[in-house]
Amino acid sequence: MRPSARRSRCSPVLEQIEGSRAVAAAVARCRPEVIPAYPISPQTHIVEALSAMVKTGELAPCEYINVESEYAAMSVAIGASATGARAYTATASQGLLYMAEALYNASGLGLPIVMTVANRAIGAPINIWNDHSDSMSQRDCGWIQLYAESNQEAADMHLLAFRLAEELSLPVMVCMDGFILTHAFERLDCPTQEQADAFLPPYEPRQVLDPAEPVSIGAMVGPEAFTEVKYLAHLRQMQALEAIPELSAELATVLGREQGALLSSYRLDDADTVVVALGSVLGTIEDTVDSLRERGVAIGALGIKAFRPFPLEDVRAALGRATRVVVIEKALALGIGGILAQNVRNSLGSHSAVVHTVIAGLGGRPITERSLTTLFEEAVTGRLAPMTFLDLNSELVERELERAGARRRSGPHAENMLRDIGVVAAGPV
Amino acid sequence: MFQVRIHGRGGQGVVTAAELLSVAAFDDGLHAQAFPSFGSERTGAPVVAFCRIDEHAIRSREPVSIPDALIVQDPTLLHQVDVFGGLRPEGYVLINSGLSLGELGLGDWTAEFRSERLLTVAASEISRGHLGRPRPNAALLGGLAALTGIVSLEAIVRAIESRFAGKLADGNVAAARECHETVRAALEVFAGA
Repeated sequence: MRPSARRSRCSPVLEQIEGSRAVAAAVARCRPEVIPAYPISPQTHIVEALSAMVKTGELAPCEYINVESEYAAMSVAIGASATGARAYTATASQGLLYMAEALYNASGLGLPIVMTVANRAIGAPINIWNDHSDSMSQRDCGWIQLYAESNQEAADMHLLAFRLAEELSLPVMVCMDGFILTHAFERLDCPTQEQADAFLPPYEPRQVLDPAEPVSIGAMVGPEAFTEVKYLAHLRQMQALEAIPELSAELATVLGREQGALLSSYRLDDADTVVVALGSVLGTIEDTVDSLRERGVAIGALGIKAFRPFPLEDVRAALGRATRVVVIEKALALGIGGILAQNVRNSLGSHSAVVHTVIAGLGGRPITERSLTTLFEEAVTGRLAPMTFLDLNSELVERELERAGARRRSGPHAENMLRDIGVVAAGPV
Repeated sequence: MFQVRIHGRGGQGVVTAAELLSVAAFDDGLHAQAFPSFGSERTGAPVVAFCRIDEHAIRSREPVSIPDALIVQDPTLLHQVDVFGGLRPEGYVLINSGLSLGELGLGDWTAEFRSERLLTVAASEISRGHLGRPRPNAALLGGLAALTGIVSLEAIVRAIESRFAGKLADGNVAAARECHETVRAALEVFAGA
């Protein structure tokens, strides 16, 4: 790269900033009033930055509450939201599981809490790296789930999340890949206070716990109305399929940059093969699509931004021309396989495209353009199996199966396999 | 796209170096993406961080496996970790050491590469002189700017000043400038030879 080829210095609103810091700044500009949080990697930098802003008074009025667990974090967020405060928290991995019961309460009560999930694998075996096992495990807990492809999108999505949550009275999870996005420094344009205020009006709760006008929230409901309450919850979540595109368009006007809505499409127009994925891996997929396009392969990519509610009709329309769909997923539903692939299959109806499930990037394994290129070449030439594990070390698996077959007390798989590959303590160095 | 991989040990500021490099590239009007190797950081354990620099927006999220430039902050890693893995034949290497490549036992290895792009520089000593302790990360960025020209020294200086304050900023800036000058002088020797 020659200096003469460079552009002039960037406009002052752009920053080179860590993803977590950018999200913290965007959240702060949404003026949250209560932030209960418990630190867990890779989410920690977000709440650390917010707690510092509360301490210095940069974020005010806001109460930052250090709680003793994630269960408490979500419970405090529920209490705060029910009294009419705008509540925010962030978590990851085991932390999300620990608050599972409270997640259902937040959505069941219709409380518009916003939470960032810095996606991370779930143990055992313990693993701090990125995949989507955590948020996917809570896909049916009644929260809206949005997935960010980049840090710019993650930052902007928080404005959308608060507005959407409060318009529909539903909690929203913004999922961003742990480490890959949270710890990445990249160029982005953080929403300003004026932009956030223009897009997000003060919170007007639909229901509020107020001693002056006492009500109770969270009644026991028996068989006489439980179905109807759940039916309405479903109906309300489905309203997000209309609200997200409308609000995204409005946000795009306020921020002066394009916003993804339910889906993102990349070179789909004449694509016979379409790769479907969620989150930051879409960047590497798009690079791979470009390389294959140069060689004349009719391939494109479809990103799912709103996973809950799942935009069945939009996905069907986007895949309308495809004969082959390759779903890349960073989560594994043991006993069945792909989660995203099941949802994509649901969208196809009578459309006869072949759907391949590819499990990739589990526990932080890098998803490389090199492996994706081979994978997509196999797909377009009809050599890809219905379900595959990208870059699976079959030899390692075979060795452990042999060991397990040879004697009853063969010991724990994880430790045996680590010993086979000569790793003492986990870590991709 | 220009891809940099930085090797060092936990506590040596490897991740900070990648971040500062990305800030400097941004300051120079380029797109840049820095990220760590996502390890469970422990003091002394091998650590890797990456920085991609381009004129266009960067979409790839995979670790840098075919680097254009390598910084080795800790020469004790040379025979322990595959620090040179994937290096392009025309790639740049900057190793923090007062010894020559031959003295480090790398004489044979260098034959496949362009020798004027492979340098050692005593960045720990340089930083000790300015900071009172060996913190070679910022100094090496000054050296990388001289070796590759991928970012300007002034952008590195501004990145350091935006991250650190007071004596820490001054010392790191001085170390980066000295390292830049040392590498520039070494390159002149190559050019004259």
